[in-house]
Amino acid sequence: MPGLEDLYREIILDHYRNPRNRGELAAPPAQRVEGYNPLCGDEIVVYLLVSDGEVNDVKITGQGCSISQSSASMMSAAVKGKTVDEARALIRAFKGMMSIHESRLEGEGDDAADQLLEEVKLGDLEALQGVVKFPVRIKCATLSWNTLAQGLDQAASA
Amino acid sequence: MAMTPATLDVAAIKKDFPILDVEVHGGRLVYLDSASSSQKPQHVLDVMNEVYETTYANVHRGVYAIAEEATARMEAARAKVARFIGAPAPRELIFGKNVTEMINLVAHSWGRRNLHEGDVVLLTMMEHHANIVPWLMLREERGIELRWLDFDDDYQLDLSDLEQKLDGVKLVGLSAMSNVLGTLNPVRQIADAAHASGALVLVDAAQYVPHNATNVMELGVDFFGFTGHKLLGPTGVGCLWARAELLEAMPPFLGGGEMITDVRIDGFEPTELPWKFEAGTPPIAEIIGLGAAVDYLEHLGMDRVREHERELTAYALRTLTERHGDGIVIQGPKDPGDRGGVISFSYRGIHPHDVSQVLDERGICVRASHHCAKPLMRRLGVGATCRASIYVYNDAADIDALSDALAYTGEFFLGNTER
Ligand SMILES: Cc1ncc(COP(=O)(O)O)c(C=O)c1O
Repeated sequence: MPGLEDLYREIILDHYRNPRNRGELAAPPAQRVEGYNPLCGDEIVVYLLVSDGEVNDVKITGQGCSISQSSASMMSAAVKGKTVDEARALIRAFKGMMSIHESRLEGEGDDAADQLLEEVKLGDLEALQGVVKFPVRIKCATLSWNTLAQGLDQAASA
Repeated sequence: MAMTPATLDVAAIKKDFPILDVEVHGGRLVYLDSASSSQKPQHVLDVMNEVYETTYANVHRGVYAIAEEATARMEAARAKVARFIGAPAPRELIFGKNVTEMINLVAHSWGRRNLHEGDVVLLTMMEHHANIVPWLMLREERGIELRWLDFDDDYQLDLSDLEQKLDGVKLVGLSAMSNVLGTLNPVRQIADAAHASGALVLVDAAQYVPHNATNVMELGVDFFGFTGHKLLGPTGVGCLWARAELLEAMPPFLGGGEMITDVRIDGFEPTELPWKFEAGTPPIAEIIGLGAAVDYLEHLGMDRVREHERELTAYALRTLTERHGDGIVIQGPKDPGDRGGVISFSYRGIHPHDVSQVLDERGICVRASHHCAKPLMRRLGVGATCRASIYVYNDAADIDALSDALAYTGEFFLGNTER
């Protein structure tokens, strides 16, 4: 049976206690996107400044459990300064790690997702791997990533 | 706690519930989520098994011996449950699949016949979604108006302007006991006021019947719904009581077998109460199982159940506030006499999901969510709370385990200080 230490790694608690990139950005020019987990009432707002295909700045506000908040904090640190394509690859890789293989739905084999996971360095984010053993918490971990994806779409069509 | 005639022998009761012997994460199971669903005593499980092993057949159809026996036992369970809530006649007690369905029955059948554009339904700010959404649906369909009764700083309904609030109201819908705050509402007082202004009263008694001696006649209400799985019974059985005249004047809810006397290709005749509202094959063994749960509770004595829970709630409120001080915020009435054993709380700003996750490691089951009462959560200004709720099989040791585990949770997330 998975234990608490699988879920609450030290690095997760660190991001929870000291969230990175906390705050707001003026929108516009930034994109402002809200994410919501109806199950537990977690809320997240992602501010995203994208120009020339690059994520120049990310800020996060909102409230929620340690998993959703630390995942958002790690997400912000991971995508800040990355290109939009790299950020999208990270989103896919992260969701792959959370056992959500969207590529499967689109008819690609598992291999594509697995390869992506190898190519993209998840770094600190791998600490969130333990969440997979606690199925009800997966939604907490992916909340900020889904919100980020929405923000990137919004920036692309802006 | 010393055994007096007024209290339950919880050590003996615990032995009646096989699930309490299950080990979780290497320790004992501390079940504090009975407001969500109660555990089942061996007696209920045995009776249901015995039905399947000896007399199972569909009811109201066969003329052979086991079908007649199954029918007789199901109808005996109906009579038993009716008597348990002080209902004058078994035919006034209707079975469905849960209390949610029973409230939908009232909204659909009575509501659509009697509520028209501009008519008002008065609800309280502490309702479960089960007693909100059916009325919102009727509002969308019919243009009825919903009005809301708020509560005060001690989480008691504010009845100061009840008479004005009742103006134009056709139906008052309220929970007899809040599934979040634990508040026991003054049903009789509200029913009297509602009747004086010509409104009917629907009570959601999902949290009330399992924990209080119940008499629907003394409560003076019109519709009274509750759910078997919170009452030591199996899942799949909801109950609705209403006076026969009311039910007779209402159109059927679901259509199909069991609920007709005649069907032609151009029409049907609904049958008599209660089967008029019971389309299709009912959960036969489960209804008989609910009867067995009622036997079990009557054997304990509902007055003693209430007294036990009042004492244990008092103990919990005292223990948690003395140990955790400002670290714990309890949303519910302070006086255990005004409330049942449902204790919603926030702990040291730690998210309820995280609290319940750490409690789980200690084998402690509490609920962390909006408890299907989102309007109430918004009114309280929180997204979610933790909720510990007690029943006949809980004792002071369960509360102590919760209290210790909360201290551990605080250490885990925030470091070593108790406050
Ligand atoms: C007050 C109240 N009403 C209604 C319900 C719904 O019960 P059920 O899911 O059995 O229909 C519950 C419990 O979940 C409740 O606590």
